[in-house]
Amino acid sequence: MRANKVIQIAWKGLSKNKMRSLLTMLGVIIGVAAVIIMIAVSAGTEKTIEEQITGLGSNLVFVQANFSRGGFGRGGPGSGESEGGLVYSDADAIAEGVAGVTGVVVEQPSSEMIKAGEVTLEAVDILGTTPDFPSVRDMNIETGRYFTQQELDRTQKVAVLGSSLAEELFGDAPPVGQTVMVGNTKLTVVGVFAEKGLVGDVDFDMRLYTPITVVFQKFTPSQFARFMGDRVRLIYVEVDGETPIEEIILQIELLLARRHDVSLEEPDFLVTTQQDIIDTQAATTEAFRNLLAWVAAVSLLVGGIGIMNIMMVSVTERTREIGIRQSVGASPNDIRWQFLTEALMLSLLGGFIGIAVGIGGAYLFGELGGMRTVVVPESILLAFSSAAAVGIFFGFYPANLAAQLDPIEALRHE
Amino acid sequence: MSEKIIIQIKDLTKIYGMGDAQVRALDGVSLTIEENELVAVMGPSGSGKSTLMNILGCLDRPTDGSYILAGEDVSSLNKTELAIIRNQRIGFVFQSYNLLANTSALENVMLPLLYNRNGSAGNNEEQKQKGLAVLEAVGLSDRIKHKPQELSGGQMQRVAIARALINDPVIILADEPTGNLDSGSGEEIMRLLVELHSNGSTIVMVTHEDEIAAYAQRVIRFRDGRIETDQMNGEKTSLLSNEEVSLASE
Repeated sequence: MRANKVIQIAWKGLSKNKMRSLLTMLGVIIGVAAVIIMIAVSAGTEKTIEEQITGLGSNLVFVQANFSRGGFGRGGPGSGESEGGLVYSDADAIAEGVAGVTGVVVEQPSSEMIKAGEVTLEAVDILGTTPDFPSVRDMNIETGRYFTQQELDRTQKVAVLGSSLAEELFGDAPPVGQTVMVGNTKLTVVGVFAEKGLVGDVDFDMRLYTPITVVFQKFTPSQFARFMGDRVRLIYVEVDGETPIEEIILQIELLLARRHDVSLEEPDFLVTTQQDIIDTQAATTEAFRNLLAWVAAVSLLVGGIGIMNIMMVSVTERTREIGIRQSVGASPNDIRWQFLTEALMLSLLGGFIGIAVGIGGAYLFGELGGMRTVVVPESILLAFSSAAAVGIFFGFYPANLAAQLDPIEALRHE
Repeated sequence: MSEKIIIQIKDLTKIYGMGDAQVRALDGVSLTIEENELVAVMGPSGSGKSTLMNILGCLDRPTDGSYILAGEDVSSLNKTELAIIRNQRIGFVFQSYNLLANTSALENVMLPLLYNRNGSAGNNEEQKQKGLAVLEAVGLSDRIKHKPQELSGGQMQRVAIARALINDPVIILADEPTGNLDSGSGEEIMRLLVELHSNGSTIVMVTHEDEIAAYAQRVIRFRDGRIETDQMNGEKTSLLSNEEVSLASE
């Protein structure tokens, strides 16, 4: 019996009961669509995080304050180089005292209202930072320049604008040399960054960059300033990529332990690399993936049982038809293939519809749900082959039942 | 063995059930049917004639004894081999037509070609021509697209006969072919079978009705799983025992 005939017969069998076939496929449709949508959501999240990490710049080591050690208590607020986590001068010490370090950046965020001429913008992100920022974070200056160490040391009121911010404040007019009112402080614009775009969910182009000392002095609410002093949460250390990273980490740890007068076993800081963050992320994603795999497996199992159920009903309903086919020469294999093909067709058709629903759903999640989704081609392949496997596995038993029917019994069936 | 012998069965036994509930539906039946015979098989229900037809039609296997169909021993074939024999060698006509519902007359007639494994069925166009030819032979050229529910009983039975003819079987087995028909339609069907017979077909049919059996050349009567009488029409009833019949055929 030729394959195209088998498919033709199976199609006829299914289209006789359109509603029933559709409902039977529903389990597979939902299963396959769920797999594709969930993998798309997880891939989107993963991609966002990946971009955030690479957006930080390359060859980075992160030094974080380790508050869990309770470092705030002992040295007292504002007591400078104490056990109270990281302070601004730690960054300078790392830049000067550790071999293989090519740049150090400290960031201190804030948010202020900005005015330039007639234009007023509420709650613009301000980032207090250091001169190495553009190289460490891979940012390029479009016009003007970035601020210098000297300006930072003297707390000079200068600003560098992100490209979108510059356009919103000044339109087509050249911003360099203009002044902007940030809160109550007048800053002189010395440069504008080239467009960088979104990195993760941070818009680098809609920010104002200024020396960190200016943020400490002008844009940190006084109650925090007293408490925090010149503490920082995070120091970005750019390394040359030649000195072994473990060696640099050890040097930083020894240096900070000495400066903070703590033991390496009980540090008040944490040194991590991009790789550490990626590994942590990978582990989280992996766990999420495993969960998805289970969800998919269960929904496909339920779909498969649905197919098996309806195939059993179909074999019973069509016993007489089976008998007729047997009486004119259909062998057990012919009958087996006929029903297996029907089961397979149900699951593959369900798979196709599920893929369409899945891709559409992933798109809708992205457009309407505000979630980033990336449809992974492998997920389509995975979903489709699972659907096929379900069809074969759950179709086999009913097909075998049909194949083993006795022709005389089958013909007698009403 | 003579080429003219189509069916040769010897000591055919079929036992259903087990132990005390055992039923000997066929009890050592021997029989020879030659080419171009038109045989009627008669007998009360439970006499074994339907069991015999099922075994002759390769729908069932005997418990014991041998069955040689057109020179081939088919008594010990497996299910798949029996399916091939049914497809290639036998044309079966049932009392209840057994046509596929919602399927046109032409498609019903072409159904056996679907399971033809030896490639002689030809391509789609050749198959269709074959189907049209047998439908013409049974006088239904104007009903090829009709579905069973749109046909009369007599027309449905003619479709079934066309289906039985399509693979050029060595024998046509008809199990009460007129049982569901009024006498007019029944007569038409018998005229068709007689015509096929006169064109060379070998036909064995089961019937209850003497008027139908009257069309046959030879009438075999069954009782209790044995052949009671086996006579040519018009002859006097011969009262040969099974033993004598089997001796005679040796």
